[in-house]
Amino acid sequence: MDVFGNFSLLLAFVCAVYAFVGGMFAIKTRHPLLVKSTRQAGIATCVLIFLATISLEYLFFTDNFSMAYVVAHSNRDLSNFFKVAALWSGQEGSLLFWSTLLSVYVLSVLIAYRNKNGELMPYVGVVMAGVQIFFLTLNNFVENPFKMLGAVNASGAIDMVTRADGNGLNPLLQYPEMVIHPPNLYSGYTGFTIPFAFALAALLARYPGEKWIHLTRKWTMIAWCFQSLGIMLGAHWAYAVLGWGGYWGWDPVENASLLPWLTGTAFLHSVMMQEKRGMMKVWNVWLVFSTFLLCILGTFLTRSGIVSSVHAFANSQIGPWFVGFILITLAVCFVAYVKNRDYLKSENQLDSVISRESSFLFNNLLFLVACIAVLSGTLFPVFSEMLSGSRISVGAPFFNKIMVPIGLAILFLTGVGPLLAWRKTSEESLKRNFGWPLVAAVVGCVVFFALGYRDIYSDLCFLLCSFVFWTIVQEFYRGAKVISARTGMSMMMSAHELAMRNTRRYGGYVVHFGMVLIFIGLAGAPFNKEVQRAMNLGDAMQLGPYTLVLQTADAKADKNYTADRMIMEVLKDHKQLMMLYPEKRKFFGTGEQSGTMVAIYSTLREDLYVVFAGSDPDTNLPVIHAFLNPLVKWIWLGGVWVVMGTLLALMPNRKAALVLAAAPAAAPSTVAPAMNPTVTLREGHD
Amino acid sequence: MQKRAKFGVGIGVIVISLAFLAWLGYGESKTYYHTIAEYQQLQGSERSHRLRLAGTVVPGSIRRSAGHIDFMLEEQGKTLSVSYVGSDPLPDTFVDKSQALVEGRAEADGRFRAEMVQAKCASKYEAAPGGDSGAPARPTTQSSM
Repeated sequence: MDVFGNFSLLLAFVCAVYAFVGGMFAIKTRHPLLVKSTRQAGIATCVLIFLATISLEYLFFTDNFSMAYVVAHSNRDLSNFFKVAALWSGQEGSLLFWSTLLSVYVLSVLIAYRNKNGELMPYVGVVMAGVQIFFLTLNNFVENPFKMLGAVNASGAIDMVTRADGNGLNPLLQYPEMVIHPPNLYSGYTGFTIPFAFALAALLARYPGEKWIHLTRKWTMIAWCFQSLGIMLGAHWAYAVLGWGGYWGWDPVENASLLPWLTGTAFLHSVMMQEKRGMMKVWNVWLVFSTFLLCILGTFLTRSGIVSSVHAFANSQIGPWFVGFILITLAVCFVAYVKNRDYLKSENQLDSVISRESSFLFNNLLFLVACIAVLSGTLFPVFSEMLSGSRISVGAPFFNKIMVPIGLAILFLTGVGPLLAWRKTSEESLKRNFGWPLVAAVVGCVVFFALGYRDIYSDLCFLLCSFVFWTIVQEFYRGAKVISARTGMSMMMSAHELAMRNTRRYGGYVVHFGMVLIFIGLAGAPFNKEVQRAMNLGDAMQLGPYTLVLQTADAKADKNYTADRMIMEVLKDHKQLMMLYPEKRKFFGTGEQSGTMVAIYSTLREDLYVVFAGSDPDTNLPVIHAFLNPLVKWIWLGGVWVVMGTLLALMPNRKAALVLAAAPAAAPSTVAPAMNPTVTLREGHD
Repeated sequence: MQKRAKFGVGIGVIVISLAFLAWLGYGESKTYYHTIAEYQQLQGSERSHRLRLAGTVVPGSIRRSAGHIDFMLEEQGKTLSVSYVGSDPLPDTFVDKSQALVEGRAEADGRFRAEMVQAKCASKYEAAPGGDSGAPARPTTQSSM
């Protein structure tokens, strides 16, 4: 199976080179057969990469301990569930997994648009093949996952070695979320390749019209959705597994995942300026380019360990390859831009400071500054070493100082932006749109203040969250009222109908609502409390309204580990509430490695987060570390809404019900919907 | 032109105030990376910075006592005594021979007072930077084709 996998990878590389070189000839000669054969080479590349991945998984499932990668990341007792995840637990496998997910996208694009956008697709195919060639080079020649285990014998030759058992999977990764978090994040990273391919292709082909911008936007939304979900799951994994009581530590790898998300979010907003007003075209193209480059940079940061990080397990020689690829891509983008910049000429100018356009402009400015701040903070050790010779890093205070105000400013625009008119907003409409939300905002803020949340940034955040929430409610209410008046449907049904008729706009509002929930959760952070103590059986400790009593301790054994478990009773107001079982696991086959299982009692108001932190060295008593983290649950809830909103925005618009009245029953199956004498709703966020 | 000026002022105010915040945060959290050899040569004001050092935990050197945990780090033949005084429990990966990162400040007697410790386990099959020749088996550079 290893030979099969290896051969598939090599053949995939050959196919990708053909798709790339042949594609360029196809663009020049426009020969239809050449166009077709390069497209099929692209499809073959993807299929071969799938085969290689399947064969690596096969080696994991058959416990083939003659393979270096299998030995390093699996053992016999590892459950099948985690054997799937072992694929991406190391350097070589992660890079193969990158190629695999990219292939899913490439294959979808090649097949979905095989008979469409004829002028554009050869260019798109070439760009995608170029990216695949880079990753296949790494897979084949730099970080090949199909290496055999060997040992040097007495005469200096290399003997193949098969070991009885593997080293096992890193315990930090033996957690269900670790099985779904990387595929999501990687789907985000790889997914941004597709908008990049469309944008670069449109620029190179000088493709007429705005069609490409719709395609770019759609694929950006898909990648953005995965990226958001990936970031959320990563934060939740850090929270539930690492046992330090937090979900975000401004670690380089976390930052790396945030960077393309920031530019991608900026693009999803500024693209509306291009669709509605023909402005910011250069800006948009560069946002798409930067997002892709930041994805490559993020993969590089994650995999290379260039900036020391708890995540950067790997420390290998792929650095120069990534830097080279980033520089080449940047050069290609720059040349394409310089040669075709007249194609991106703006059609309009800004009219007023208080307008939809300017709110987008400031939104983009803030996202860009945020991105630059996170990027420079993350790479600070690298740059400071280059410039001054000493390696200096900056920590959480740097990021918090700058990102908290930016976040609040963006939150403010989230409420204001959608209600401003294009071109210029009158004073009267300002009063009409913002009167009630402002009143509600102040009330909301006072309520939180009265509940005991007293911190200047947090209170400002609650004020803005409340404001944004009511602007969204107002938008749904006004739209639903109109539909309800016309159709006689209930308000709830009308709101649903409203959302389905303009999914982009109302999906956007749902995403904004999710962000409001996330911000509420983030605003709870200044009120975190913690306590740590060595406890005898029967001892109690107090944390906020909760009393924790250590009842007893026991040990349990599983196939792959043994665990010491603390059994703790939680009381609130002297009433028994529940039991919590924080534990420490010792994994077999991984040396002395252990894992922490945090016990969390989560409510909307706060999380009680209990860690068994080990034994006190002098007394041998168990040490319990407990945290009280207010409002954390809102973050995860918000994440769910963000994803649902994005999915809603990706759905096609439902036509207004007027259509049915005008063309009764007979029409649907035979006549295409566009033929109906319908009031076509302008697509988009208007 | 007047409109442009308004935008210019708005953008300028935002960028300058954020740059000021960034500068504040930088001053508060900047940390200098050094090797253990460099650390032992540091003079005067350089010693008072917040520092970050890395090394391999010397086997058997971890001593836990009330309020602090002492251990030795080794890097390129130089060793350093570290006292960890932070309140967070040490990570599960912190064991003998693991690669550790410590952040904190120098003490007058040359010891290092760490407020934060990160650790990752030395993987048996990836060649350690120090050249761990004791590993029983290594991946060959040949692939099986």
